[in-house]
Amino acid sequence: MLEVKDLHVTVEGSEILKGLSLTINAGEIHAIMGPNGAGKSTLSAVIAGKDGYEVTKGSITFEGQDVLEMEVEERARAGLLLGFQYPVEIPGVKNIYLLKAALNAQREAQGLGEIPAPEFMKLIKEKVASMKMDTSFLQRAVNEGFSGGEKKRNEILQMLVLQPKLAMLDEIDSGLDIDAMKVVADGVNSLRAEDRAILLVTHYQRLLDYIVPDRVHVLVDGRIAKSGDADLARELESRGYDWVQEETAA
Amino acid sequence: MNEDVQSDVQRFLDRLDERVAERIAAQGVEPSWIAARRQAGAARFEALGFPHRRIEEWKYTDVRSIARGDFRLATDADFSPATAARLTLPVEAHRLTFVDGVFAPGLSQLDDLPGGVQLLPLSRALDENHEAVGGPLGRLTGVEFSPFAALNTAFMEEGAVLRLAPGTVVEKPIILQFLSRAGEAPVMSHPRILLEMAGRSQATVIEHHVGEEAAANFTNLVEEIILDRGAILTHYKLQEAALADLHVASIHIEQARDSRYTSFNLNLGGGLVRNDLVAELNGQGAETNFNGLFYGQGRQHVDNHTLVNHNAPNTFSHENYKGILDDRAHGVFNGKVIVKRDSQKIEAEQSNANLLLSDRAEIDTKPELEIYADDVKCAHGATTGQLDEEAVFALRTRGIDQQTARGLLTLAFAGEVLEQVDLDAIAERVELAVAGKLPERFNLAGLVETAVALNEE
Repeated sequence: MLEVKDLHVTVEGSEILKGLSLTINAGEIHAIMGPNGAGKSTLSAVIAGKDGYEVTKGSITFEGQDVLEMEVEERARAGLLLGFQYPVEIPGVKNIYLLKAALNAQREAQGLGEIPAPEFMKLIKEKVASMKMDTSFLQRAVNEGFSGGEKKRNEILQMLVLQPKLAMLDEIDSGLDIDAMKVVADGVNSLRAEDRAILLVTHYQRLLDYIVPDRVHVLVDGRIAKSGDADLARELESRGYDWVQEETAA
Repeated sequence: MNEDVQSDVQRFLDRLDERVAERIAAQGVEPSWIAARRQAGAARFEALGFPHRRIEEWKYTDVRSIARGDFRLATDADFSPATAARLTLPVEAHRLTFVDGVFAPGLSQLDDLPGGVQLLPLSRALDENHEAVGGPLGRLTGVEFSPFAALNTAFMEEGAVLRLAPGTVVEKPIILQFLSRAGEAPVMSHPRILLEMAGRSQATVIEHHVGEEAAANFTNLVEEIILDRGAILTHYKLQEAALADLHVASIHIEQARDSRYTSFNLNLGGGLVRNDLVAELNGQGAETNFNGLFYGQGRQHVDNHTLVNHNAPNTFSHENYKGILDDRAHGVFNGKVIVKRDSQKIEAEQSNANLLLSDRAEIDTKPELEIYADDVKCAHGATTGQLDEEAVFALRTRGIDQQTARGLLTLAFAGEVLEQVDLDAIAERVELAVAGKLPERFNLAGLVETAVALNEE
């Protein structure tokens, strides 16, 4: 589904990713872990199309399409969705506007018409309830005045409504208490499907107790230094990242 | 005055002479005080001429498109009922309608006025008891206020009079609807509005300026609002005139102790628009709220001048104006607050935020504070900017295209003023109008309707 090959990315003149390669197949959950500054957030930002990241070498393909040639909104409509570590507050734009505009944009790209209003209402209420959010959230401005946990739930709510093919979640666990993390993890687990892949970027193993990944990758100094299954995450939890760095250096 | 300017002024004075002669032929001689005011207005206008840009108050607003116009006065109020029905706000209300300044009884609704409410066209008020009108009329807006106020006084013959008895609370809104027609020749109208609210009375007045799309007329409005002790007025001025319409309004509000005036000055239409709002806070506890929104596109020019005079201690003013300017539109905001000596413990807040959607759009904003008392709380600020690019990106990452993302954020900017609007019909109308002005790549209007539907469940 997603194929990243020998990716080199420069931010403000310094190279952050130095030849990263990664393949994610449909139905899989991958977790990218690593120490601060290893380039974890850079990877998801580049895939989503954020400005300020220069790809100097390598490629990203999604279902055979060259992602780097696609506009930001085209990537989303193709089914590549990023959940932000720090969701942006958008004063005055109601959540319901964002959800409906986004869903209709996706439907238009798929050659479907706008979603009928009753169908939209039903869908949205069901998803809001599953994230244990009140419907009043829909009338509130996107993330404005939301607590950290509410912002993260809102990111997952968007995923549930838009049903991406590849959901990338950047530090979705940061700033969450244990109850909020369970709700978020339930949301993510409900996305699990044979035709969908999920990429978790996280610093801590804690999240992976709730969302069990198929593959775990350790990102060190802009490259994937080690890959393994869910056990690797637990090993990192007890031993830290230093041994991977030492192993790589050796 | 050079010759061109003189002939412009003379053209208006000639129209006035014609009109006065017609009226005398039809209705006989006017009461002497009205004739005297008319003459004073004409004399003042003749002496001043139209304002030019060397006058500070008119520095950014060029009124030559008015001065050079050749405007007739309408003589009938014929209007397609179907078009009127489409333009009229869907609000159950007491309603006075004017077509190009002429009263239209058929489009008005005055049947079920509650006790204590007098609402009638100015012409009828003058017929019935002209002396009762003569006292307050022109007391707040004299001929010296501006050449346009002088011109209005010279021409005044129609408009609205609302009087509320003490303690009267009018449940339904009162709509003053001004319709502008697309005709063979442009016309002008000089409506005069007088609102006198006695102690503790309450009302909502919606002044709605709208018309046929191809209209190109000149409206020159003068409005005097007198709020006695504890009176509460919410005043919507929804200006959705055609893009070639010319619109000048001078609004004065006099406030006694504990009265509250809340204005929503919403300007979406008009080719050249100038609003002057002046509040006199004369008694302790008086409060005035000026909310404004203007949206200019193409070559629209929208100028709002506001002035709050804190003439008494413990008076309060809050002002929030927002402007959105696209294409080559030009906006002007001038907000002045004057705190008189000994007006202690007053609070005055003022803010003006503008959003420029195009490189060629222009805003001239000038907040001014003049404070002659020492124990006051005043704040003011003006900001002008573009859309938040981080927010645009966040929306695009959800598949929303660039244009729609910008549209949503623009709608959001306007929404901050509309949140204060209690009348849903107005808030929704303005929100839909703003959404409709945005690029039509996506059905933003549909979004607004969805949110409204959710709200109603």
